Amino acid sequence: MKAGTNLEKVLEDGQFAVTAEVGPPKGASDRVVIKKAEIVKACSDAINVTDNQTAVVRMSSAAGSILLKQMGADPVMQMTCRDRNRIAIQSDILGAVALGIGNILAISGDHHSLGNHPGAKGVFDIDSMQLIQSMKMLRDDHKFICGDDVSGDVPLFIGAVESAFSDPVEFRVTRLAKKVKAGADFIQTQGVFDVEQFATWMKGVTDRGLDEQTHILAGIIPMKSAGMARYMRDYVSGVYVPDELVKRMENAEDAKEEGLKITLEIIDQLEDVDGVHGIHIMAVGWEDIVPVIVEKAGLLPRPIV
Amino acid sequence: MIVGERKPFAEITELIKDSKKVLILGCGTCVSVCMAGGMKEVSILASQLRMDSGIQDKGMEFGEDTIQRQCDREYIEPIIELAKSHDVVVSMACGAGVQLLSDMLVPTPVLPAVNTSFIGICEEEGTWLERCRGCGNCLLGETGGICPVARCAKNLFNGPCGGSVNGICEVSPNTPCAWQLVYDRLKALDKLETLEEIQPIRDWSPSSNGIPRGVFREDMAGIGKESESASE
Repeated sequence: MKAGTNLEKVLEDGQFAVTAEVGPPKGASDRVVIKKAEIVKACSDAINVTDNQTAVVRMSSAAGSILLKQMGADPVMQMTCRDRNRIAIQSDILGAVALGIGNILAISGDHHSLGNHPGAKGVFDIDSMQLIQSMKMLRDDHKFICGDDVSGDVPLFIGAVESAFSDPVEFRVTRLAKKVKAGADFIQTQGVFDVEQFATWMKGVTDRGLDEQTHILAGIIPMKSAGMARYMRDYVSGVYVPDELVKRMENAEDAKEEGLKITLEIIDQLEDVDGVHGIHIMAVGWEDIVPVIVEKAGLLPRPIV
Repeated sequence: MIVGERKPFAEITELIKDSKKVLILGCGTCVSVCMAGGMKEVSILASQLRMDSGIQDKGMEFGEDTIQRQCDREYIEPIIELAKSHDVVVSMACGAGVQLLSDMLVPTPVLPAVNTSFIGICEEEGTWLERCRGCGNCLLGETGGICPVARCAKNLFNGPCGGSVNGICEVSPNTPCAWQLVYDRLKALDKLETLEEIQPIRDWSPSSNGIPRGVFREDMAGIGKESESASE
């Protein structure tokens, strides 16, 4: 075991993992985090806490992760490269581990010009690939980026993301291979709507044997409305929503019900895709649906490992 | 070249509002080529300021001149007396020119009329694009001649983020994804295998993130004086 987190145990045990997501509030209320986490806790193996997602200022992912930890959940602390240099990054990792956080997920971060402080100075001292590498160095070599020794152990289960449908599509398997080489123990993908296309990417992944070196969790985004389906199709980079699904959402009498149905169909198909070790459900602002999805997908109860 | 853009007229009039005799000084190099602060732009700004002064009865006087390079002492020296006969000098050079001019004209104040934008190229008429951040550690040899420091919004070194769609960066609809360009270029050069390697964490100390930089060459030090004495 690298960090011995619940997520690591479930994945290493060969179980089909389920993770969920909690977006911290634009405020200091611990209640908001606890309330959202309570909804998804029993139906997931770990809960992601986003790091100022969409570059909008919120409670820090470290604080959110600690709140989750205190209530007995297994947090996945997201960490972007946008807001911290290597000094702050390494320091925050050590602090998080000291407080019992074992899963840290490296991402570049949404660009600050698209958030609510567009005049901010972006940091981007190291990129997400290098952040993965640095975490591995802290854990396996007990070294900081500069080469100095770290005192004691830094148990980490290292996460990363990949977007199978972003351009250049031909490079996406290579990019994953680099992340695995850098040290990613698990991967969360961008939301999947076209399983066939996703399976093509996964074929490239399994052909290179990457699924044996890392755990791939396919991203799931439940759609609440036809407007959301259109928005994701037209504006969210790396998410490919086929027109057919948008039409189904548009024609549905009960859009939420149709969204749930589509989600369950996608999960069902993903379970049969070679190399997929679990799902990561991103139900931002619709946490209530997560237990329903997990239950109807036949993924309850969650394993105790 | 260094690309600049003239400041808004209102900002310039505000900067010089307490002066009576103003010298507008252009620079004949980069900002001249990018049409922000050369002889022609000096003449346009001076005309605008004269009109503004006339309409508002400000009673200001405006002189005009353009020197070859405001970032070079030898070009500034001949205009020192002219400059000092004015209350203030409005420089239309880049930030380097404004600073050297300021150093050499004390106690005459020097004010900027141009915002220094970036090191870039002229893509087509009326369009200038950034190409270099002067990071002091050039890696263009590994990226097919396309700079991820200047051209990737997130300074990524290991390939594109998830925000690359149809070759466009999600941050700006007019900006190509630098990593799509790198990928296409390396493919054309039959060097795609370069992208399999993880680019190591960079030392940013040679970049502008560190202390103000200088280039110091012993082989060049005092060379001007030597040739002067040789010719004497």
